Amino acid sequence: MANKPRITKAYTLGFATVVTMVCSILLASAAAFLKERQDQNIQLDIKYNILSVLGLVDSREIPAEELFKLYDDKVSTYVVDLNGKLIAGAKAEEVDPKKQPGLLPLFARKEGGKYLAYCLPIQGKALWSTVKGYIALENDLNTVKGITFYSHGETPGLGGEIEKDWFTEQFRGKKILNDSGEIISVNIVKGKMRPDEQDLEHKVDGISGSTLTGNGLNQFIKSTLEKYEPYFKTVRGEAS
Amino acid sequence: MNLFSKKNMVFIKDPLMDNNPISTQVLGICSALAVTVQLQTAIVMSIAVILVLAFSNVLISLIRNAVPSNIRIIIQLAIIATLVILVDQVLKAYLYDISKQLSVFVGLIITNCIVLGRAEAFALQNKPWPSFLDGIGNGLGYSMILITVAFGRELLGSGTLFGFQVIPDAAYAAGYQNMGLMVLAPGAFILLGLIIWVQRTITGTVAD
Repeated sequence: MANKPRITKAYTLGFATVVTMVCSILLASAAAFLKERQDQNIQLDIKYNILSVLGLVDSREIPAEELFKLYDDKVSTYVVDLNGKLIAGAKAEEVDPKKQPGLLPLFARKEGGKYLAYCLPIQGKALWSTVKGYIALENDLNTVKGITFYSHGETPGLGGEIEKDWFTEQFRGKKILNDSGEIISVNIVKGKMRPDEQDLEHKVDGISGSTLTGNGLNQFIKSTLEKYEPYFKTVRGEAS
Repeated sequence: MNLFSKKNMVFIKDPLMDNNPISTQVLGICSALAVTVQLQTAIVMSIAVILVLAFSNVLISLIRNAVPSNIRIIIQLAIIATLVILVDQVLKAYLYDISKQLSVFVGLIITNCIVLGRAEAFALQNKPWPSFLDGIGNGLGYSMILITVAFGRELLGSGTLFGFQVIPDAAYAAGYQNMGLMVLAPGAFILLGLIIWVQRTITGTVAD
């Protein structure tokens, strides 16, 4: 062993300062260097999710530029308020649901002047974390076209399964309204559905071991749909 | 000096079996429970731990003669935390999907006792090269258990390996069911216990 330096308080303080300086410089430069790539990943992920629930892409293999182009070409964005009024001039991508709870962003797939599907962001507390995702509705604004979750902190392998295809695929074709036009939403049951389950068009299989994650999802999916309902009502009214 | 001499290779081999960080030293149990539901996450986690362990050992060994002993734990933690955050940032930039799955567990490598344990017990007393080997060895020992547990849990709990279904549909039709217990944390405990039992029978280790 080499002989240890004589330890004075000044030496200890100096050593600690040097180590922390080196560590912080290293971390700051890494963060600055990787930031652009990380932000692009996040943007890419969000746009991929919107496109995929709207049924425009089905594989992650698509190159980034193509994906951004597809998004710009096919997706029109709006902001509506809780009374169902369109808000001119607001950008859907820039709405912060925490700071502006009264503004509702809406992403629509528009082709040849016709609206084919609508996509709305959903977000809320599940068991451990805030889960963020998108749900898309067909142009009848009743049938679910797709659902996806892109950000969550649920247990990997348990609640984390909500992002898997087998789970999200089940939502396709389910209805959010009952016969009298009230919002029932789509509910995740506890565990698998029993063979004699009623109201199949409003229910999907849950994940065993993650009932609480499912309950959280049920709650915020329904409350989000209720917030958009005033606007959806006017759209359905115009269509019929 | 031969870098891979018999004496040096002991640093790699020993933690694989006789002195395995999980099954003999019983360290790092938390993360072994958390990320072993699926093989893919277990493997990425293993790689991250091996990298952090090897480099934290080397760095700490390099400054071992300059560290004032009264603040050595804090210095070790600062170095380990820095490395872990670096790994996390790189994963976010280049392996975004997997980093999303591992979520908080990469950050929690900081609290993995194996890393601090090896820094304190080995790197502070040894030269950088043996410390590096010791880090790799312990990382591999950790990975070995992690991957074995993940293999068992994914196969029995979900009927898949690396996300591909391996239990044929015919088996499900005949009444086979996935074992829900394996998906939950107790399943990992049971598998871990079985692994420790088998391993101690082979090595003949007896707890003091």
